[in-house]
Amino acid sequence: MIYQGRVWKFGDNIDTDAIIPARYLNTSDPGELAAHCMEDADPGFVGKIKAGDIILGGENFGCGSSREHAPIAIKAAGISCVIAKSFARIFYRNAFNMGLPIFESAELFAAIKDSEELTIDSTSGTITVAGGNKTFRINPIPPFMEQLIADGGLMKHIMHK
Amino acid sequence: MGYTITEKILLAHTDLQNIQAGQLINARVDIALGNDITAPIAIKEFRKAGGKKVFDKEKVALVLDHFTPNKDINSAMQCKFVREFALEQNVTHFYEGGNVGVEHALLPEAGIVLPGDLVIGADSHTCTYGGLGAFATGVGSTDFAAAMLIGELWFKVPESMKFIISGSLQKWVSGKDLILHIIGRIGVDGALYKAMEFTGETIGILPMADRLSMANMAIEAGAKNGIFPPDEITREYVEKRAKRKYTFYSSDGDAEYCDVIEIDAGKIEPQVAFPHLPSNVKGISAAGNVKIDQSLIGSCTNGRIEDLRIAARILKGRKAAAYVRLIVVPATPAIYRQALQEGLLETFLDAGAIISPPSCGACLGGHMGILAEGERAIATTNRNFVGRMGHPKSEVYLANPAICAASAVLGRIASPAELA
Ligand code: SF4
Repeated sequence: MIYQGRVWKFGDNIDTDAIIPARYLNTSDPGELAAHCMEDADPGFVGKIKAGDIILGGENFGCGSSREHAPIAIKAAGISCVIAKSFARIFYRNAFNMGLPIFESAELFAAIKDSEELTIDSTSGTITVAGGNKTFRINPIPPFMEQLIADGGLMKHIMHK
Repeated sequence: MGYTITEKILLAHTDLQNIQAGQLINARVDIALGNDITAPIAIKEFRKAGGKKVFDKEKVALVLDHFTPNKDINSAMQCKFVREFALEQNVTHFYEGGNVGVEHALLPEAGIVLPGDLVIGADSHTCTYGGLGAFATGVGSTDFAAAMLIGELWFKVPESMKFIISGSLQKWVSGKDLILHIIGRIGVDGALYKAMEFTGETIGILPMADRLSMANMAIEAGAKNGIFPPDEITREYVEKRAKRKYTFYSSDGDAEYCDVIEIDAGKIEPQVAFPHLPSNVKGISAAGNVKIDQSLIGSCTNGRIEDLRIAARILKGRKAAAYVRLIVVPATPAIYRQALQEGLLETFLDAGAIISPPSCGACLGGHMGILAEGERAIATTNRNFVGRMGHPKSEVYLANPAICAASAVLGRIASPAELA
């Protein structure tokens, strides 16, 4: 798969309350959740992004609540994938279970500035920065996770079995 | 090489002969939990996958505790959706209305989760049940849907970190302070993907309420689960509640740990986590002059009867400071009733407290205690992220019930020692 877009860079420990505040959890409608994506980390976020854009986080992205509303809001807002130095474990599970691509790379976080354009090729495991000659390798996705994504998420995976 | 308690419980829920940290396994689930926020998504996923019947109606728990009593039309719709599913599936452990309590206080109290169980919950604080010697971990709604459908789920076997805690606790220091201290020391991702195993002489005599409140906050260090080896204190707690068999597991002497951390509990004073991370911890003596607008005593971390007793002891004959809203939330109906019988509720009313029905409400900034811009709350809850209890420019400070009660009286973050 190829993911391409502008990078929106955030810091460490972006928690699920920042990604989608609890005050909006009285619905699970993806469209309504998307309207408030990242609101408490960057209030104007949804108005600024274009489809395909990429979130770049620091350590422990998605910490806090188990709410799947967080990856749902990110996906429905049009973000193509999330890259972070590391992910909180429930967010990590949720992203794979529902098919939001995520990549771990500490190197990338240090090297990429906000608003750079990236192209990610998850098959060859490379990330290229537009207009420059910078290329990065990304950690391969564990085989079981690859299978989950190939099957279209956890529910399809277990039906498949 | 021996096994840790976490590895033993996971192994016992598979058909495997052996197990090791890092391995991906499928394991059988004893209890799968969802609430009014996470269950609606899970039920939709369950149906989308063609689910007709849950794998075992005795092993699914649905607790409508977050936005209840329903705060608005949307939350009422979510609850109605879950209720109709619970009725259709004849789910045994369904709680709402006058039966509902905060899920992680309710399930241990009702004997629904037991030592040796493998519990998953679509709520991050599911790790609370590690206090009983169970493997319990928070997952997402899709995981919950899969568990409802087939009764098993994928796990990566976590490495374990061992905490050896010794020394006697100072006055007004509780399990809450131990876990805040630990999170302050290792950071909010200090135990990422790992099991936190709590042992040592201090833990051996720690009451169950404190163990549950410590295991509850393992997720705040990024852990997969927190766990306490079950003992006589566990037996006393569960034997009058259990309606099925349970198993005590313990770690082998030669089990492998990725880290061993020793803590002298005697050196720890009451702790306060400053905004906006649970790891931003200071001792109460270093808190300085922080004025507060609200004090919240409740939640799955510290809304048990033991917590209310401590708060009442400090509030007896005293009043919350002018302009401070003191909110007390007994975590379950049984705790509420017990507090009534012991006269604690009268003490709270006399102190000017608002007594809330059992609900998550204010803890997650849901309803019944939202903060305005610029306001500050001290709370016995477990998270102080930006906007957690209301406006993105409000602040939450985390502490134990004694500190929250004393702070309510003095109108600033303070120790009960100042009230003597
Ligand atoms: S009391 Fe707070 S932390 Fe506990 S389950 Fe409810 S919202 Fe979550």
